[in-house]
Amino acid sequence: MSWLEIRNLQTVAVGEIPVLPIEEIRQQIIDRIAKGNRLVQFFGDRHAGNIPVYAVLADDESSRLYVASSVLKDEKSFTSMTPEVPAAHLFEREFYEEFGIEPVGHPWLKPLRKGIPGIDLSENQYGFFSMKGEEVHEVGIGPIHAGVIEPGHFRFSCHGEKVYQLEIKLGFQHRGVEELFVRNGSRPIYLEKLAESVAGDTVIGHAGGFIRAYEALAGIVVPRRAKMIRTVALELERIAVHLGDLSALSGDVAYLTGNSVFGALRTKVINTTMAICGNRFGRGLMKLGGVDFDITAGLRDRVLNTIDKLEAEVALASEVFFSSASVLERFETTGVVSKETASAIGMVGPAARASGVPVDVRSDHPFGGFEFLPVHKLTLPGGDVFSRAYIRFIEIQQSMKIIREQLVGLADGQIIQTTGSLRPGRLVISLTEGWRGEIAYVLITDSEAKIRKVKIKDPSFNNWFALSLAVRGEGISDFPLCNKSFDLSYSGFDL
Amino acid sequence: MPAAVTEIIIVISPLFLIGLTAKVKALWAGRKGAPVLQPYYDFFKLLGKGEVISTTTSPVFRIAPSIGIAATFVALMVTPIPIFGSFIHFEGDFVLFAYLLGLAKFLMVLGALDTGSSFEGMGASREVTYSTIVETAFFIVIGSLALLTRHFSFESIFASVNLSSGYSPLVKILLVVSLFIMLLAEGSRVPVDDPTTHLELTMIHEVMVLDYSGPDLAFVQYAASLKMTVIAILIADLFLPSSVPLMVACVLSAAIVALVFVSVGVVESLIARSRISHIPQFLFLMTTLALTSFAVVAFFLFGVIK
Repeated sequence: MSWLEIRNLQTVAVGEIPVLPIEEIRQQIIDRIAKGNRLVQFFGDRHAGNIPVYAVLADDESSRLYVASSVLKDEKSFTSMTPEVPAAHLFEREFYEEFGIEPVGHPWLKPLRKGIPGIDLSENQYGFFSMKGEEVHEVGIGPIHAGVIEPGHFRFSCHGEKVYQLEIKLGFQHRGVEELFVRNGSRPIYLEKLAESVAGDTVIGHAGGFIRAYEALAGIVVPRRAKMIRTVALELERIAVHLGDLSALSGDVAYLTGNSVFGALRTKVINTTMAICGNRFGRGLMKLGGVDFDITAGLRDRVLNTIDKLEAEVALASEVFFSSASVLERFETTGVVSKETASAIGMVGPAARASGVPVDVRSDHPFGGFEFLPVHKLTLPGGDVFSRAYIRFIEIQQSMKIIREQLVGLADGQIIQTTGSLRPGRLVISLTEGWRGEIAYVLITDSEAKIRKVKIKDPSFNNWFALSLAVRGEGISDFPLCNKSFDLSYSGFDL
Repeated sequence: MPAAVTEIIIVISPLFLIGLTAKVKALWAGRKGAPVLQPYYDFFKLLGKGEVISTTTSPVFRIAPSIGIAATFVALMVTPIPIFGSFIHFEGDFVLFAYLLGLAKFLMVLGALDTGSSFEGMGASREVTYSTIVETAFFIVIGSLALLTRHFSFESIFASVNLSSGYSPLVKILLVVSLFIMLLAEGSRVPVDDPTTHLELTMIHEVMVLDYSGPDLAFVQYAASLKMTVIAILIADLFLPSSVPLMVACVLSAAIVALVFVSVGVVESLIARSRISHIPQFLFLMTTLALTSFAVVAFFLFGVIK
């Protein structure tokens, strides 16, 4: 039986999704991944005493998504696909943690967030990968860190300065976000605020991802003007975070000029977002059915003006930054993730594109304002810290171009339209290219048209493993730099 | 009497000089920055604080900062102050100087290892590795000066050295640059170390003192800045022309020392920190420069080059 073919944000009746035996789903995922598909979601649900399992694959070239499901009831185990599909690694661990059904043959079956009966999350029980030898030593960092950052534990196995293996343990910030969505499904304002808070650095990205999914299920037709304003906000968020990251990367190599100049430029961008919606991080802008704040003609000129000035300043700062020998010495050939590795482990976002993997939801599965103003995919070949820094610079330029296009062609009309209500028994997949990469929301409604399941995948879920691989063989002192070059979210992962 | 006053001024000045470096960095970054006297406030604040001492440590951890600061003070007394000379001097006193700094470092390393923290062990291992390179180079620097002047005490070397005629300006430049590299390395500054980072994994000196607090931390920080000042004084010794009036010489050497600290700030503002694995290459530059100056002196003295 073939999988159901849909597009981003297209709703389907849950009954239409083909139901296959779990072993067949596994085999088909392996086959399809081998043909170039990408694993977007693999998750379970609890429904009427059963455990329905949903798998979502993406074919980026044809802009298609493929869905299939399976129903488990009394099974205690199934065959793991991780040995063949490394990208499924965390999905299977997540599934095991939630339902206790074991993927047999999984090479590294450990808890992710909440813990598993029998294996708790305490330091001694967790069973970190360890090495033995006279001069091998372990370094543990976190979950409490020296800076004001989120909690995560990093366990290094080192020989002298060289890192052989890094294991990352997360889950310290598990808040039960998905359950909160379901429990408060009838309170739209709560849902908007919750979506904004899934990962505090991706307000527009996550809010947009959830809201578009909800709108699709409710049949709300969002005015074109609102879509464009959302796109402007999304790209402003991208520019702001990318500039912040360039600043932080400079800080990590003690390059003072870059640290302060990029930091100052970022402030100009978030202040522009504040001029639009009153909050520097874009909170309060995204509403079900549209946006809460309009961009008037005067404001539009102001934003365009700021972007023009900013473009020259960013170009100048980047020219100095990326031609500084001492910076290049630190960035080049540090923390390399090869293209093969990147696509095998299912990396997304700028980090994947810096390794030469052409994935960009804005162009592969267009949403919002990108439906009518397409985006070119940018990739770089290196896969090192330099590529991950430089791709941020070129994406900033690209985002400025997008903002200009959207603002110059800003459609007239309303900014919000809320007519519509959730329909029963339907499923929707909402993919969004946040600044960090692909944000995937899957929403399912029950027979009473209430939200039954919300499945969230932050791009950090795909990319944390890449960080572990990037630091192998590197000096341990380069870890902070590699870490910052990915800039992953803890709360987005922990949910 | 003037010598004693000078010595007191030198003992007071390191925190000001560190503040100067911080101010230069702030100005480069486009910030107003903390007051130049901020390190003094910090110093006295730390002196007034309590201490938290890890239960895994032994008395070595406790005494390390005190011995460190004491050893650095004695090193200052051996250091020839321009015009005034040094308090303690005898043949071969520069060996004492080098090993006083070495003693201070050795105890800080022991103190770091004493905590049993994997971070501090890493920092200690890096510190020791780089010190071996810098120490050798320092002896070559002093060796070429001793060869040039045929003196073997710090004071008489610098009293009789004349680096303003013939080939000696070349030697002067080489030695000044190598001493400046030594200052960056010993003072844990960019590109060798990053004094402002919060990233434990990248630190060298800062990570070794993570467990210190209160007065001990104040001692550690003061001793580090005093050590930089001592090396800056050696640079001033090389620069100062002989036969200038006393007051001019005082002002001039103070200006040179201040300029050295300003340069540290400029270097830190304009370049990124080296990769840890590349730092030895940078430090060997000091060795190379010192060896070159030694060779130049040797060639001229033994008549190979006329």
